[in-house]
Amino acid sequence: MIKIVEYFKTNGGEYLGILGEHLRISIFVILIAMIIAIPLGIVSSRYQKLRIFFERFFGLLRIVPSLAILIICIPIIGTGVKPTVIALTILAIPPILINTAQAFINLPQPIIEAAVAMGMSNSSVFFKVKLPLAFPLMFAGIRTATVEVIASATLASYIGAGGLGDIIFTGLALLRMDLLLIGGGSVAILSLVIGFLLDSFYSYMTKYQRL
Amino acid sequence: MTAVELSHVNKQFSNMSYKALDDVSVQIEEGEFITILGSSGCGKTTLIKMLNRLYEPDGGAIRLFGKDIKEQDPVQLRRGIGYVIQQIGLFPHMTVRDNIATIPKILKWDKERIDEQVDRMLSLVRLEPKEFRDRYPAQLSGGQQQRIGLARALICDPPIMLLDEPFGAIDAINREKLQTELKRIHEESRKTYLFVTHDIREAFKLGTRVIIMDKGKILQFAKPEEIVNHPADEFVKNLLGASGIDNGDVSEWW
Repeated sequence: MIKIVEYFKTNGGEYLGILGEHLRISIFVILIAMIIAIPLGIVSSRYQKLRIFFERFFGLLRIVPSLAILIICIPIIGTGVKPTVIALTILAIPPILINTAQAFINLPQPIIEAAVAMGMSNSSVFFKVKLPLAFPLMFAGIRTATVEVIASATLASYIGAGGLGDIIFTGLALLRMDLLLIGGGSVAILSLVIGFLLDSFYSYMTKYQRL
Repeated sequence: MTAVELSHVNKQFSNMSYKALDDVSVQIEEGEFITILGSSGCGKTTLIKMLNRLYEPDGGAIRLFGKDIKEQDPVQLRRGIGYVIQQIGLFPHMTVRDNIATIPKILKWDKERIDEQVDRMLSLVRLEPKEFRDRYPAQLSGGQQQRIGLARALICDPPIMLLDEPFGAIDAINREKLQTELKRIHEESRKTYLFVTHDIREAFKLGTRVIIMDKGKILQFAKPEEIVNHPADEFVKNLLGASGIDNGDVSEWW
């Protein structure tokens, strides 16, 4: 316990830097995963075969452990942030893609029909009706992906991308329980806090459902 | 003036053994309240969904106020046609005000005009504007929701209103009230209404003329009294018989 306090006294600045790095990588990965998975999800909600293909393809990729992907990436793109981002993006895509596809498949047809019939253009129907109605399920996928990415980003430091994993791997190497606790605890708390923030955002956006 | 004109309209859905619309021709004058009566699968919903181009006919022509709808942009066409459905289809993530103001906002009316018209529409459907304006659909009863559905369809003052079993899922007491109020709104506006229903009393109560359909064909298109006194064929006669409206003075039924 004393050691943990000491760590923060002497390495407080460094710790914040590492935490920031961890967050930056995670957010960056989620943004890329969203940019890839949401359009694919929307397109595949219209074509069942495409959807099944994507679900299987990314499902398979997902089975490959992230660590293995990292190591496979090294000879191709070297070490550092890039392979980490790729491995974590592969991890983050399936929940977003699958949930986006399901959200758009399950849109309530009468509401869409009413929107079209009252003379809304395709883009109005999409942005004002379909997207808000798909939001809850889509967002659930994004939340799952985010929490997974924050936990898995720990591996990034294995190939030199930094983040909270640095503390854990240092602790492993030096057999220092205090570092392991700080590193592991930080990842856990970060996941919980981000999860809580996302849940609050979700509640705010869907308050119309609970009146 | 003729508001709605169908000539030789055909529609076949691939999953049906008979045509949803089988060479249908009909003329509806401006200001009429037409009810379209038939059992499910008779083509009545198909007929009105052709008018706002939710469905396209396989053959034949449809003209609204003399203009062929094929030559009109569907989005523009639909803005001149109110549409109310049984499932109501309010946007759950928008307040009552924003639901009613959907098209006015797209048309970029200024805020005062939108607020004024939304309140006027709420009063028209007998809901207190102050109380209901800022509610969400989840906070309304089924009957209230359908009143909002009506208000949303009426706000741009469309010359044609299409109503597809709008009161089908509403309890009997509220249905009566809504029927009476719809009739009043129609009489005040003198717009052209097409109202689909499978409830014969509703059809005869509301319609200035009634279209009776079966298997994609129009069996009879006439005033309620005339249908009762001179049913066109056995099907119509049986329909009247089954609902107890087969003799004497029609008006005593409503």
